[in-house]
Amino acid sequence: MKAQSPVVDPSRPQAAGGELVGEYQHGYHFPDESVFKTRRGLDEDIVNAISHRKGEPEWMRQYRLRALAAFRKKSMPNWGADLSALDFDNLYYYARPQEQQSRTWEDVPANIKETFERIGIPEAERKFLAGVGAQYDSEMVYHSIKEELTKQGVIFTDPETAVREHPDLVKQYFGTVIPYLDNKFAALNSAVWSGGSFVYVPKGVKVEVPLQAYFRINAKSFGQFERTLIIADEGSFVHYIEGCTAPVYATESLHSAVVEIIALKGARVRYTTIQNWSNDVYNLVTKRAVAHEDAIVEWVDGNIGAKRTMKYPSIYLVGEHAHGEVLSIAFASKGQEQDTGAKAVHAASHTSSVITAKSISRGGGISTYRGLLKVNEGLHDVRSRVVCDALILDEHSRSNTFPYMEIDSDDVSIEHEARVSRISEEQLFYLMSRGMSEAEASLMIVSGFLDPLVKQLPMEYAVELNRLIELEMEGTVG
Amino acid sequence: MAYHLQVKNLQASIGDKPILAGLDLDIHAGEIHALMGPNGSGKSTLANVLMGHPSYTVTGGSVTLDGEDYLALTTSERALKGVFLAFQYPVEIAGVTVGKFLKRAIELRGDGKGMNVTAYIKQLREAMTFMEMDQDFINRYLNQGFSGGEKKRMEVLQMLMLKPSLAVLDETDSGLDIDALKIVSRGVNRLRSPDFGALIITHYQRILTQIVPDFVHIMYKGRIVTSGGKELVETLESRGYDWIKEQYGIEEEANEGAVARR
Repeated sequence: MKAQSPVVDPSRPQAAGGELVGEYQHGYHFPDESVFKTRRGLDEDIVNAISHRKGEPEWMRQYRLRALAAFRKKSMPNWGADLSALDFDNLYYYARPQEQQSRTWEDVPANIKETFERIGIPEAERKFLAGVGAQYDSEMVYHSIKEELTKQGVIFTDPETAVREHPDLVKQYFGTVIPYLDNKFAALNSAVWSGGSFVYVPKGVKVEVPLQAYFRINAKSFGQFERTLIIADEGSFVHYIEGCTAPVYATESLHSAVVEIIALKGARVRYTTIQNWSNDVYNLVTKRAVAHEDAIVEWVDGNIGAKRTMKYPSIYLVGEHAHGEVLSIAFASKGQEQDTGAKAVHAASHTSSVITAKSISRGGGISTYRGLLKVNEGLHDVRSRVVCDALILDEHSRSNTFPYMEIDSDDVSIEHEARVSRISEEQLFYLMSRGMSEAEASLMIVSGFLDPLVKQLPMEYAVELNRLIELEMEGTVG
Repeated sequence: MAYHLQVKNLQASIGDKPILAGLDLDIHAGEIHALMGPNGSGKSTLANVLMGHPSYTVTGGSVTLDGEDYLALTTSERALKGVFLAFQYPVEIAGVTVGKFLKRAIELRGDGKGMNVTAYIKQLREAMTFMEMDQDFINRYLNQGFSGGEKKRMEVLQMLMLKPSLAVLDETDSGLDIDALKIVSRGVNRLRSPDFGALIITHYQRILTQIVPDFVHIMYKGRIVTSGGKELVETLESRGYDWIKEQYGIEEEANEGAVARR
């Protein structure tokens, strides 16, 4: 039936209006200026239209179509957050804001700049001019790469450009860490992906400043499917930072990204996310890294926003002496389910992993730690430490812990700790006896609970995260 | 600044268990009061009620500060009026450093805004030296992993930094060796002035040889049964708490169930 309707949404343009929506701090949105937008729903025509619009080679179009077939066959996960309200047929899968990608900050449209200003991006942008990929709807609007990076041979671009200009690298690595058959949402992303980042760091190159991209959904009921691929060649180092804020919409939005990281021999990759989607977004993301011999991969993953989050950054330790770390922070408030965690798969001897997860639930929010630690057969000297701490702020909120382990070797050292605590009356009383209000005392306890993880973030992000938590905590207590 | 805290016929309970059974006490600025009594007499309850602990309910009587209803104030309002409680069992606050915590507590006593950080750090270091505490404590999480003695010193350090007008010390001496006791006492003595008052709650006499009180009160079964000067400490020293029990206990036997939990 869908085949009859035009691929491009005929109802466009429909300005959503630039008024402030609700009380959400980052809930600004501006008239939706998407220039090209597909109609609601998903089928071959839509996928072909996306591919055509991007001027993709045939192999990528075929890849998308195979992924679409997989998406249809795959069933929804029968575990995790409640996704029953998600209606795939009612979503838009592609919108493109402008014909040309902006080259410099001056070219960025004024209303987008204003949005960025309101969420404080220009400041961070000035500080990290190493290369900013800012995403407005599904394309990179602004993408500047500092000359130094280029000189070092670092490629930092959007994946569309990478498909055109670096097809060999893309063909070699795209979809190798997360094949479209992996899960329903990985398949969906593989079929309709748009935007994201492509990073290649050559052998021995250390990227001194973090590469960062801001993502922002700004089209009503729009699903966003960015695709990020990071390849760190032997002995290289890169820190990639992804921060999200999003406007508030009444209808559900789907964000389903795929992030693949390949850390070759002796490379080190750190990937930091502060996710603060507005509380109507389904944030269903597949993130996975492969760590080769002597490589180090670190995921720092903070989830503050979104209605439902399902995200378990994973590390496959495939080379000897590889090391992986995941630091996970989840904050579940009213109406939110943060189903987050980590996966470490040890597939080589002398590998180690550390997973530290902290969650906070309040106002009826549900936070779930879901983790997998797997040690393959026949390995020796494998070490892993998993620590999950949950803090529950009131009696309406919940915390779950599902730490799965599949250990098939004997020579392993595994530590696991899980704690669930509530803010104690004694702690509040103590702080209040020093002059703090109850609200400030609660915030201080919560910030303190997260402090060990927040300290791992670059200063600007630590400040931003603390500010977000402050906002989340406003009105917690009367 | 002169003030007058007046406790009249104060009754308080925890759950439905009455503990304070009509307590009277007057504290003026410049006075050091010692409150002694056997375990379970309600000393710590008084300390907690004065600070506004939510587990305790005031069931009768009144407390006024310069004639105003003191019990109507929240815990933080009481703190900002200059009342300080040195806790018997200070809690651990993970992730909050001593330096950050104290800075905020001091800020709140000013206009709540920023302060001169250099001056603050200098003052904090000086106070730590005075309390014979390692400077590393500034960056440690509040009370986390502290020994019993370190926690007590931390309480007194906070008191020195916050400069309260009325300090309630809830068994700050318990569990301290003689050297630590001297340091803690030195901290209290440092604040002694016509503007500073203190209520020193203790089970033992020895801290009162370091901090000489102006008034001594003996508490038993939820009320103050006798008051006097520092000579009362010597009487207790020689005759022990049994003397109190013999003198004041018999008439209370019927109320035995009303004795505090500690």
